[in-house]
Formats: sequence, C-alpha cells, structure tokens
Amino acid sequence: MNKLVFTIITIASAACSGGRSSSGGGMVAAGDGLAAWETVRGVLQHPRCANCHPAGDQPLQGDEGRPHNQNVQRGPAGRGMVGAECTTCHGPANPPASYGAHTPPGVSNGWHMPTPEQPLVFVGVSSGALCAQVKDPAHNGGKDMAALRAHLDDPLVQWGWSPGLGRAPVPTPRAAFLAAWDAWAAAGAPCPAP
Amino acid sequence: MKLDVNGNVHDVDAPPDMPLLWVLRDLLGLTGTKFGCGMAQCGACTVHLDGNPVRACVTPVSTVGARKVATIESLSPDASHPVQRAWIEADVVQCGYCQSGQIMTATALLRRVPEPTDADIDAAMSGNICRCGTYGRVREAIHLAARLQKGGGK
Repeated sequence: MNKLVFTIITIASAACSGGRSSSGGGMVAAGDGLAAWETVRGVLQHPRCANCHPAGDQPLQGDEGRPHNQNVQRGPAGRGMVGAECTTCHGPANPPASYGAHTPPGVSNGWHMPTPEQPLVFVGVSSGALCAQVKDPAHNGGKDMAALRAHLDDPLVQWGWSPGLGRAPVPTPRAAFLAAWDAWAAAGAPCPAP
Repeated sequence: MKLDVNGNVHDVDAPPDMPLLWVLRDLLGLTGTKFGCGMAQCGACTVHLDGNPVRACVTPVSTVGARKVATIESLSPDASHPVQRAWIEADVVQCGYCQSGQIMTATALLRRVPEPTDADIDAAMSGNICRCGTYGRVREAIHLAARLQKGGGK
C-alpha cells in the first residue's frame, strides 16, 4: 500500500512539473536539456578544450591530441614545472601569423590547465561521467552553476574559437555553445546515464 | 620602445612584432642567445623575463613591456657564476650551440629549487634540446652548480 501511495505521488509530481525545470530562466524539458548537453559535450571533448583536460598529467597538443612535446607536465598548480612553465613558451597572445603555423599559441591570462587535485578530465570519459564531473564542485574547482557559466567567458575558454594559425577552432559556433549550455542549465543540468 | 636588458635600459626602434631574439642579437648585439628552431621547440633562445625562462624567438618585443630581460651575458662577465663554473668543471659543452639556453633554464631552476632532484632537472630541462646529447653532463653540472651555489656562489 505504501508503495502504491509513493508511486501515485511520484507520478503526480512528474505530471505537475511536466518533467520540466525552470532553474536559470525559461522552462526547458529534461529531454531538451539532454540534447543541449550533447552539444556542450561535443565542445568540451573537442581537442581545443580536451587537450588541456587529459587523463594523465601530460597535456596534449594538435588537432589529433597527441602527447605534448618536450615532456611537458601539469605541475603542482596546473601551470607546468619549475623551469618549464606553460608560459615559458605560451605567451600572452597567439603569435603573429608571420611567426608560422608551428609556434605555441598564447592567451592573456596565462596558459594553464586544471590543478592535479581536480584535473577535470575530458579525455576518455563517457558523456554521463563527464557531465557529472563538470557540475560537481568537488571536481570542477569549487564552481556552482553560476560560476561555471562565468568560466565560459574565461579568455582561455574563449581561445578555443580563436586558436591561431594551424589549429582547428571548435566547430560549434560559440553562440550556439553558450545557448546550449544555458538550455542545459535551465533544464536542471540533466546528465545521461553514466 | 624602452627595453630593460641585463640592467640597462635601451631605447629600441623595432616593429612591435619583431621577436625579442632579433632585438637582442641584431639590434643590441647580444649574440650569446642563439636562434635554433624559431618556434619554441628547442630552447636555444631561452632568456629570462623577470627571472622566468621564456623563448625569445616567439616573444614579440612589444609584449615584453616593463619586464626585465636577462640574457646569458648577464650571468657574469668572467664565467664565475656557479652555473657557468659547474658547466666548465663538468665539461658539459660539445658543439655548444644549445648551451646558453640550457644554462638559462638551469639558472632559473636553481633559483627556485636550490637543490633539485634528477626528476626536477629532467622536468625543467626537457624543453632544451641538445643534438650532441650532453644531457647526462647537463644533469651532473646542475647538481654541481647546486653545491657551488650553496657554498657561497652567486
């Protein structure tokens, strides 16, 4: 009997909410949220983003995501090793085109990757695991959904769409990515099954 | 533009996109820093900006700003810097082309890690390529420089 009452309440709740969430703005169905997440996932797992979110401590490089040259390592703060910091080669902006296609790109807030304590791995993880990890403050640098949204405007994130000569930009337009993120968040940031 | 190099402020007339390496070698005559690959892959052009190693070949001079540039010439006028002494004692150099970059990276490492382990040295020095393969002697010399530095060197 208790089980039946619980089931009825659960169905009624779902019917009242329509399976929708209004967090962050307009009502978005959870199914639409999952579709939006798939767009977000495709961006996060593109080499422009994933190369600095590797499974190990060696960043990746290039459109094929090969291990970074020169045995480059994450280092204790995600900014490389003493004497071989990211900024030893990655300057404050992409080099001028006249420097050629094989020079390291740069960014205004200093090239870096996640810390070893919270590496936020994008490479080799399932969509569900990536989704859960991204929105978990214990794994994403202590960010709630608002802080995550603000992080999308970080110069290094924006760099993914302006990576300089010789590197493919993220193919999903940035505006479409942000719209997908907002739709996912408005749907309650649903995640696929792990 | 003004450029502080080795403690001297220079008034440099250079296009903003000119690599710092060009300015150092061609305009200021500081030829100790070498051109290797021109794409930050080899480390031969390593100099310091505010004490941090950077590749001068991919550093547009306009991005240096007020940061202080230090080249191999700044270490000492007479090869008396502990790293230079260690390099001589360990007889590191073979052809020598990469060595000013090796020494500048080693100096930056020793400033922040005065007694580096082999792992510290390997991590710091992996971006400085030596076609002669002097890596073993580079590592030995860095350990020696650490001891010389501790003994009262610069």
